[in-house]
Amino acid sequence: MMRHLLSTADLSRDDALLILDTAEQLAQVSGRSIKKLPTLRGRTVVNLFFEDSTRTRISFEAAAKRLSADVINFSAKGSSVSKGESLKDTALTLQAMGADAVVIRHGASGAPHRLANWVDGSVVNAGDGTHEHPTQALLDAFTMRRRLGDLDGRRVTIVGDVLHSRVARSNVHLLHTLGAEVTLVAPPTLLPVAMGDWPCEVSYDFDAVLSKSDVVMMLRVQHERMNASYFPSAREYSRRYGLDPERLGRMPEEAIVMHPGPMNRGMEIAAEVADCARSTIVEQVTNGVTVRMAVLYLLLSGSEPAIGGNQ
Amino acid sequence: MNAARNQARDDEPRSNGEVVPGGGRPVDGERAVLEAPDINRALTRIAHEILERAKGPEKLLLLGIPTRGTVLARRLADRIEQVEGRPVASGSLDVTMYRDDLRLRPARALGRTDLPKEGVDGRIVVLVDDVLYSGRTVRAALDALNDLGRPTAVRLAVLVDRGHRELPIRADYVGKNLPTSRAETVRVCLAEIDQRDAVLLRGGQR
Repeated sequence: MMRHLLSTADLSRDDALLILDTAEQLAQVSGRSIKKLPTLRGRTVVNLFFEDSTRTRISFEAAAKRLSADVINFSAKGSSVSKGESLKDTALTLQAMGADAVVIRHGASGAPHRLANWVDGSVVNAGDGTHEHPTQALLDAFTMRRRLGDLDGRRVTIVGDVLHSRVARSNVHLLHTLGAEVTLVAPPTLLPVAMGDWPCEVSYDFDAVLSKSDVVMMLRVQHERMNASYFPSAREYSRRYGLDPERLGRMPEEAIVMHPGPMNRGMEIAAEVADCARSTIVEQVTNGVTVRMAVLYLLLSGSEPAIGGNQ
Repeated sequence: MNAARNQARDDEPRSNGEVVPGGGRPVDGERAVLEAPDINRALTRIAHEILERAKGPEKLLLLGIPTRGTVLARRLADRIEQVEGRPVASGSLDVTMYRDDLRLRPARALGRTDLPKEGVDGRIVVLVDDVLYSGRTVRAALDALNDLGRPTAVRLAVLVDRGHRELPIRADYVGKNLPTSRAETVRVCLAEIDQRDAVLLRGGQR
């Protein structure tokens, strides 16, 4: 039986809660002087990154190392991929090396699904195109739960470039599974065409939903994926959809501000807001390691994984 | 998934998972070897023995191994406080990540670890568990402690020692030595979890 973490839509409520509860226990490890557990000794985790990433790759590397797994980092630049090797041949190479888990980031949506058919180990999606980024959604949910408690009935507003955002997609599914009410806010040009089956609300007016939000998650404006003009100017976008101190003031007292990073300060989020006490941006990075440890532990430690969809 | 959550902690045929058939009531063929008053007396004696050997509660730290070890550690701590009039530190230590049989079964949920802020350095740590059998859980606990700090001494208190050790480990404080065959099952019920106190024995050829 092969089990992977490819999409948050595959996670049942029990699965998601098991990951978050496991992470809650593992969070203590980050506070110890010896930040290491022997659990995955002798297992090999390959980080297969076809797209640039700093925090996700480092976070997965730290998570695997804290569980004593051996980590092999593979980035497309400077590898045989630049000589024209296909994803399948790369997968077969990893398979031959005996990788127990492959953490993959790829520019093409669905690449992790393909990979899952070619290797015996567990595949963890670390972001595929504009499709999903499940561990980001899990760490976001974990951060919310630590700040706000149970997510049941909590109102989460996700603002910005939903069209290109795998973070938004993964969060919508996961937060819905966990009982939160999600509202997406974006200019019409930055929303996907077919959203009929998304379990969330959609709004074009940030100010209208601001005062009713327990969590405001800002998304990065992804310049590298902007091959058409989606909005008139950066200034106008920032005026209508940016989180500035004035908007922060209109949020409920307890509400928190999140951002998956990297940020465009002054564009979707003002520098003062990003650095304020209600912003969880730095916590999210710390929690990322913990949540990824939980995912690797649940997928790799036993004779068969405890979570994830069948492939 | 549910399999992982309901997984008993040990590789041995010993039922201590969250879901127990029959709850605190004996199921078919089970007989009680210890009843509530026996458990009570055993814990009181162990509390005194721990105190006597440690010469006071100051440096003591009672760490229960989840799930039922945690309950027993809490009870021992309460009893020591009643005797001494001073509180004694207690907590729980989950050893799942240190087990040597992780790969033999599906991945399992973690138990709670609760340590006092001061940590374990310089303390006399008493590990508390319900049943001592192969000794593998205790080995895992010793490894876990090693990563947490350097206690002055580590001791072991168990409610039932049923024999059949697979490692050179013995308990310092034992509630009851219970000679068993490997075919038998020992089940410890505690009121906090199972609504009654009892040690139940089942199965095997007599």
